[in-house]
Amino acid sequence: MSFEPKILGILCNWCSYTGADLAGTARLKYPANLMSVRVMCSGRVDPGFILGAFRSGADAVLICGCHPGDCHYVEGNYKCMRRIPLTKLLLKGIGIDPKRVRLEWVSASEGNRFQQVVTEYTEQIRALGPFKLSDWAFDPEQSDPSDNGNVAHALENQPVATR
Amino acid sequence: MPKINIVIDGHSLQAEEGTYILQAAKEVGIEIPTLCYYPHMVPYAACRICAVEARNERGWTKVVTACNYPVWEGLHVHTNTPRVLNARRMNLELLLSQSKPVPVLQKLADDLGITEPRWGYGTDTCIKCGLCVRICDEVVGAHALAFGNRGVDREITTPFHLESEDCILCGACARYCPTGHIKMTDIEGRILHSELLLGPNAAITIPFRQAVPNVPRIHTNQCIHMKTGGCMLCAKVCPKECIHFDDQDEFEEFDVGAVIVATGFQDFDPTPMLQFGYGKYPNVISAIEFEQMNSAGSPTGGKIVMENGKEPRSIAILHCIGSRDQNYHKYCSRVCCMYALKFAHLVTEKTSAEIYQLYIDMRSFGKGYEEFYQRILDEGVHVIRGKGAEVVPTKHKRADEGDLLVRCEDTLISKFREIPVDMVILCTALEARKDASDIARKLNISMGADGWFIEAHPKLAPVSTTTDGVFLAGVCQGAKDIPDTVAQAGAAAAQAMKLMSKGEIMMDAAYAVIREEFCSGCKICNDLCPYTAISYDELKKISTVNSALCKACGTCVAACPSGAIVARHFTDEQIYAQIEGILA
Repeated sequence: MSFEPKILGILCNWCSYTGADLAGTARLKYPANLMSVRVMCSGRVDPGFILGAFRSGADAVLICGCHPGDCHYVEGNYKCMRRIPLTKLLLKGIGIDPKRVRLEWVSASEGNRFQQVVTEYTEQIRALGPFKLSDWAFDPEQSDPSDNGNVAHALENQPVATR
Repeated sequence: MPKINIVIDGHSLQAEEGTYILQAAKEVGIEIPTLCYYPHMVPYAACRICAVEARNERGWTKVVTACNYPVWEGLHVHTNTPRVLNARRMNLELLLSQSKPVPVLQKLADDLGITEPRWGYGTDTCIKCGLCVRICDEVVGAHALAFGNRGVDREITTPFHLESEDCILCGACARYCPTGHIKMTDIEGRILHSELLLGPNAAITIPFRQAVPNVPRIHTNQCIHMKTGGCMLCAKVCPKECIHFDDQDEFEEFDVGAVIVATGFQDFDPTPMLQFGYGKYPNVISAIEFEQMNSAGSPTGGKIVMENGKEPRSIAILHCIGSRDQNYHKYCSRVCCMYALKFAHLVTEKTSAEIYQLYIDMRSFGKGYEEFYQRILDEGVHVIRGKGAEVVPTKHKRADEGDLLVRCEDTLISKFREIPVDMVILCTALEARKDASDIARKLNISMGADGWFIEAHPKLAPVSTTTDGVFLAGVCQGAKDIPDTVAQAGAAAAQAMKLMSKGEIMMDAAYAVIREEFCSGCKICNDLCPYTAISYDELKKISTVNSALCKACGTCVAACPSGAIVARHFTDEQIYAQIEGILA
């Protein structure tokens, strides 16, 4: 059986979640590899969510928000836009391929686009193969259960890589 | 103004001091003939036809011109004595000696009993009354006309006999010239006022009959006052002083509890579809142009005519121009089929033209619509299933049947057809207004790819938007006909009323809360909040969230370095649980 990646989708309530809904009502098919979680705004996306997803076994994370300028909360997507590259830097530093995180803008009317993005990203991740903790081994058992996957906490428990 | 007692032809009356006999006589209904008089201007007494006899109580008499002879206490005026009539006759004969017997002079001559003027007729049509010069100076304020030369050579002219740059083409001189000496001719590159008078295009009009508010408005680009600062006749005659030329557009700010967006649509411009020749052939018109022509208030008076003024012998109505078209709009505009059938009905009522309907699918979906379609079929309208492919001039081929040739495929008989017609009506698509995105951004509502605003839910919240208190009505949400628009507007109004009559608003339970014990008072969240819902409590040295302002976006939650902010219903725990659960 071929590799079926697990992709976590974090979708903003107003644009992308509605867009995904539109894709559904329009009976557009996209791979079932995407599991979506709804947040009110892409600005809500805590970098910890991404790390948490990888910890929970995701092969990739797709974050979708409103197009720049169209945010329901005026500027939440701009905040996301600045956080994701920083998160990617962080991922790189701990040995995770930044391609496993992707930020896309999908508006409420873009059911087609949602379908395309998901299909294309699934193919990309399928080609990339399953997520492996190559340089960075993280044991969930050792972590503090009250720790919400906060990046700082996660890194604190790890041996600092020698440069 | 003090009143002065005068007597005109035995009628005692009171006139205002400083007025002239002509005005006083008019008030009691005594007509004094005149050619060069115009109210709102200084009288000039050039034609001298208004001669009357003034008399005082002691028997002194004098023939004076009524238009510029001021009234005085005890004045007796006689307008009909032999002396007066003789003076008028003499003056008229002198006018006729320089002018042809134009209708207005001929009528006066008939009234005064002149059959053969003593000095014959002249060859000019100008009687040098100067009304045009004075109107241009005093009323219009353009100063484009003047008297030129002296004595027998005196004439009305523009300075140096040149085309006057000061002329604003208002046409006042031609309109008031008593003999019709002045005619408006076309000046290249400048719009002629006589054309503007074809329709209801005067500088001050009620926009249309059902306008709300139903009051006249001034068209600033046609108003003489706006060009020269003169005229202001409308303000002079308005009894209630309603006219203010210095009124400007104003922006007013209102506090409202709800907004109903009913911004409608714009008409698709078929010019880019070269195959239909819109803008190239004058008798290819859009549906809205047909409606305008068909309206009783149109320049044609509601007659259906071609560009040359003749009634068309045949008309083709082409459906789906710009709609149901992969290259333009994919959607169906919904209203076109039925209005196209209505057009057919109107044309058969008003003319004897043959009508061809070229459709893709006949969508007579509403109550009574299918019956109307059947009625149109019974009226003998040719209904052809097949979209019009192109419109070309007939040239020599079947030119006697119509100037335009409509090519189409009749899919019911599987044949290509060429139909010669005189007129083509294009049923253009309804499309979203080009500034719809500005409104969407301003009101923070979403807009679909085709420009229509998106409702919160197609079935459960068809008039609401994703922004609380903003509702949609009409075509701005998607193409629909009048009954649907009215129904949706009613629903939108009811939703707005619901908000207002309650007097209170149900807040979403989702909002951010700061856990005081974890907040370090770093103020990072304060600047992040787009709604300024977070403020810093100087006393406690922590930030607090105003739950009424918070819209629960969660941006602050993701940013808080100490994890002190909790987004209710979207807590970190909940989302991590979801992530874990969904990926398990």
